[in-house]
This record gives sequence, C-alpha cells and structure tokens, in this order.
Amino acid sequence: MLALNNIEVVYDHAILVLRGVSLQAKEGQITALLGANGAGKTTTLKAISGLLRSERGEVTKGSVELDGDRLDRLLPHEVVGRGVVQVFEGRRVFETLTVEENLTAGAHSRSDRRAVRDGIERIFSTFPVLEERRHLSAGYLSGGEQQMLVIGRALMSDPKVVLLDEPSLGLAPQIIEEIFDVIRRLKQEQHRTVLLVEQNASLALGIADHGYVMENGRIVLDGPAATLRENSDIKEFYLGLNEAGTRKSYRDVKHYRRRKRWLG
Amino acid sequence: MPDLPWRFILILSANGLLVGSMYALVALGFVLIYKATDAINFAQGEFVMFAGFLAAGASNLAGFPWWISALLALLGMVVFAFGLERVVLRPLLGRPVIAVVMATLGLGFVLRGTATLAFGGGTQTIPLPVGDEPFLLGPLILPPIELVGAAVSLGFLAAFGWFFLKSRIGVAMRAVASNQQVAMAMGINVRRYFALAWALAGVVSALGGVLWGAMLGVDNQLALVGLKVFPVMILGGLDSILGAVVGGLIVGVVESLSAGFLDPLVGGGTKDFIPYLLMIAVLMVRPEGIFGRRRIERV
Ligand SMILES: Nc1ncnc2c1ncn2[C@@H]1O[C@H](COP(=O)(O)OP(=O)(O)OP(=O)(O)O)[C@@H](O)[C@H]1O
Ligand SMILES: [Mg+2]
Repeated sequence: MLALNNIEVVYDHAILVLRGVSLQAKEGQITALLGANGAGKTTTLKAISGLLRSERGEVTKGSVELDGDRLDRLLPHEVVGRGVVQVFEGRRVFETLTVEENLTAGAHSRSDRRAVRDGIERIFSTFPVLEERRHLSAGYLSGGEQQMLVIGRALMSDPKVVLLDEPSLGLAPQIIEEIFDVIRRLKQEQHRTVLLVEQNASLALGIADHGYVMENGRIVLDGPAATLRENSDIKEFYLGLNEAGTRKSYRDVKHYRRRKRWLG
Repeated sequence: MPDLPWRFILILSANGLLVGSMYALVALGFVLIYKATDAINFAQGEFVMFAGFLAAGASNLAGFPWWISALLALLGMVVFAFGLERVVLRPLLGRPVIAVVMATLGLGFVLRGTATLAFGGGTQTIPLPVGDEPFLLGPLILPPIELVGAAVSLGFLAAFGWFFLKSRIGVAMRAVASNQQVAMAMGINVRRYFALAWALAGVVSALGGVLWGAMLGVDNQLALVGLKVFPVMILGGLDSILGAVVGGLIVGVVESLSAGFLDPLVGGGTKDFIPYLLMIAVLMVRPEGIFGRRRIERV
C-alpha cells in the first residue's frame, strides 16, 4: 500500500502548496485523485516520485510510505527502483528518440536484457499502433499514440505502483476509452496499484475503487468511488449535473459556492 | 574566366578534410557536454591543451614511451573531468546557464595559467612514432600526422556514434539529453550520466590533445583549437554527432582553402576568421545548423 501521511509541500522555501495531505492507494486498486486546476494534484504525485526536488520543492512535513518503507527521502531513480513510477501530464515523450528507444529508456532500472525485449513486445501487443511506429521519432506520434507511449514506457520498469497524471487530457473520446480500458487492465490483469489524477471526475470514478477530492492543497472529501459518484457536491462541481441531471449554470454554482464551501 | 588551379584545390581540400576530422573530434567533447548536461564548456580548448601538456610532460620530463604518455594523459583527463563535474559543476546544477558559462570560462584561464607555471612557456613536443615524410597519393600530399590524426578521430567518432545510437547506455544518454526531468522519472540516474558525459569529454580531449599536440607542438596556443569548436558546432547543428563531423569537415576545408588562396593575397590570417564568417552567415539563414533538427512541433 502506498500511503501519504499528512504531508506538507513547499516550493522555493516559501510557497506552501500541500497543507497536510493524507491518502492511501491500496494494493491492486485504482485510487482516483480529483480536483480543480491548481489544487495540488500534480504536486502530490511529485512528492511521491521524488521529482519535487528538481523543481525546488520539498516535503517539509509528514511522510510518504510504500508498504511501510519511506520514499520521501529518496532520489527519483531510487523511487523507480522501489517500484513506483510517475507518468507526467502532457504526454512528455522523448521526442528525438524512436518509439522503441522510448520504451528501452523506460526499462533503464532493469538489467535483464531479455526481460526488456519481452517487455517491449508486451507493450506492443497492448498497443499495436505503437508497433507499427516503432522506428518513428516519438515527436511525430499523434496525441493519443503519445499517451499510449508514455504509459507503455512507464510500464517498462515493471512497477508495483503507477502514478498517472491526467491521461485523458486533450484526447478524443474514443482514444480516452481505449486508454482507460488499459488502465482498468493494469489492475485486473497485471494487479498493479494505480493512483489516477483526473479532472474528469466521472471518467475516473467510473474505473476507480476509491476517490479523493482535493481543493487548495487539502483533501476535502474521500470515499468509495461508488459513493462519490452519488455525492451531490461531486455531481455539481465535477460532473456539472444537478439533481435533475441537467447542467447547472455557472451563476447557480457561484451562488451555491457562496452559501457553502466544501467542508471548509 | 581563368582556369581554376584544380590540383591546388584538391590538395588543400584533402588536407582540410584530414584536419577537419580532428576538429570534429574536439567538437564531440563540446557537443557531449552540451547535449547531456545543457552546459556550454568554454574550456574545451584548454582541456585539449591540458591533455597535450600531460602527454608531453610524461614523455619529456618523466621519460615515458609515447604510448604510456598518451595513456596517462587519457587517465588524467578522465579523472580531471570527472572531478570537475563533482566539485565545480554539480553545485551549479539548476542555476542559470550563465553561471556554468562563467565557471568554464574562468576554468579555461586557470588551466592556461597553471599549465604555463608547471611546464614553462616553451613549446614541447609529443614524440608520436609517425614519420615526417609526406605520403603521396596521386596529386595529393598528405602529412602522416594528419593521416593518423584523421584515422584515430574518425575511428573514435564512428565507435562513439554506434555506442550512442545502439547501446542501452547511449539510449539513456539521449533520453537525458531530450528531457532531464522525464529521464529521472524513468529511473535514470541523471547525475551519473552527467558524470559520464564529462568523463567522455575528458577522453575526447585527451585524444585531441595528443594528436593536435603532436601536430602543432604543445604550448598555450594549443588551446586555440577550441575556438574552432563554435563554427564547427553551428555549421553542423548543436545537437547532432553527425553534425559535428560534417561541421568539422566543412571548417577544415574552408580554413585550408582560405589559407591557400586568401592568405597570400592579404598577407595571412584569414583562415582564423573565415570559418566564423561562415558561421555567422549560417546562423542568419539556418539557425539550427545544417544537420541540426528543427524542433518537432505538433499542433
Ligand atoms: N515549481 C513550482 N514552483 C512554485 N509553485 C508551483 C510549482 N509547481 C506548482 N506550483 C503551484 O502549486 C499549486 C498546485 O499546482 P499543481 O500543479 O500541483 O496543481 P494541479 O492540481 O496538478 O493542477 P492542474 O489540474 O492544473 O494540473 C499551483 O498553485 C501552482 O501554481
Ligand atoms: Mg496537474
């Protein structure tokens, strides 16, 4: 189990972004982390993967633990070595490397050449379109193909825990469906633990077991995905629907906001 | 139109190509650092000079045979570059580029100064076992040291190119060059690859120092070889190894032709700035260099 215990994150020694975040991603489950722009979702993932430091960020309080071992003092490559890998938002492929080289780079933590070759073939059977493009520079792939590549690349390290940052962002509905199907299979067939950051709450809660909602660097709500799907606040703010199932107008929402802020 | 002196052009071009390969080797050291670590090493020429002094010192002061001297220079440069990364450059990680530029610029002067202090101001020789008798090939007159220099340089560049493109370590180096943060996220120990890039730059500088030192003699002036790195890089494109080779060859030929044709007309000195003129022209027309990649933009 991956656990964040009351962590606080500060950028540049001054900007407090996470204000005591606790969450758990249970083994073999998909956990969704929802929230609006700037809530601190990406920062949370970087606190786990150790990548905060390359952005002058720091975990100043609390701890990050994987099965009881602390991760928050480790360097990024050491975190990958422990079986936790982050997939960035925005499909950050190595543009100048070919598809196959991107996958090879993803397997850097593994020394067994054979396992690397088999791993590449496995990714190709999951995403056949990548096999067709294996010798193409990744910069020339379509957005959907790039998203498949960055997920495939992360899987090359054979991780226990996959941290996915907004995999649906900017993709067409049918590509999103394909990607989410793969995420579901990460859990069902490969028994990996997934922490899924999304702004698209209905999508994320559709495949997640458990969900957290983040606002202003705090967790403001959490529960089983099925419960959250029925939660009227979530519906209003993230699914954009009111009781009658129609879209609420911005003015209504603003009014509602003035009346009652989320648990805070 | 008068007949062009073809034979003269041919001879000059051939010599230019040989010397150009040796420029390409030195430029590789520079590209490696730039690609892998984003740092611009303004001391690349001084690295070459320093390596030359190490080799010359080992053979002239300590009396070692040439190949042991060359090996010592190689070892010395690897240790030096490795240590430099550790002690000076690592603390500058994440600082503005100008900090690294100033640090390497300063380092260049320190190296020149200390080399003069340690070895004196005279010109030393590196006694490679290559004769002086030029090699005649048809109309061409090829100095053996240039032939050896070009062969070693092109051999090393080819071997390195293969390693860089095909090996897993090469893929990881290119991943680091492409995006450091993503490379870290993929479990690549980026710092280790920085150190590797510097160590390789040390190897390249040692080869360059021995070859150039044997050709020109070893003194402070040897560092000027480093100045050619900039036109080589701009002509070839700052981010490709093939570019470094092509850029080196172009600079070698241009320099050789201007030395042969223009220098006699104006009394000398053109070969030192004509490559820069060409560089400026290329910058204006094709900023990514002849072989540099245009950034891949998707909409
Ligand atoms: N490197 C940084 N330095 C300073 N502040 C930062 C840095 N990175 C993020 N922040 C700030 O931290 C807050 C949270 O950012 P974060 O990227 O974690 O949000 P997010 O929930 O992922 O948002 P989005 O949905 O837009 O991706 C924002 O206010 C942002 O401006
Ligand atoms: Mg984000």
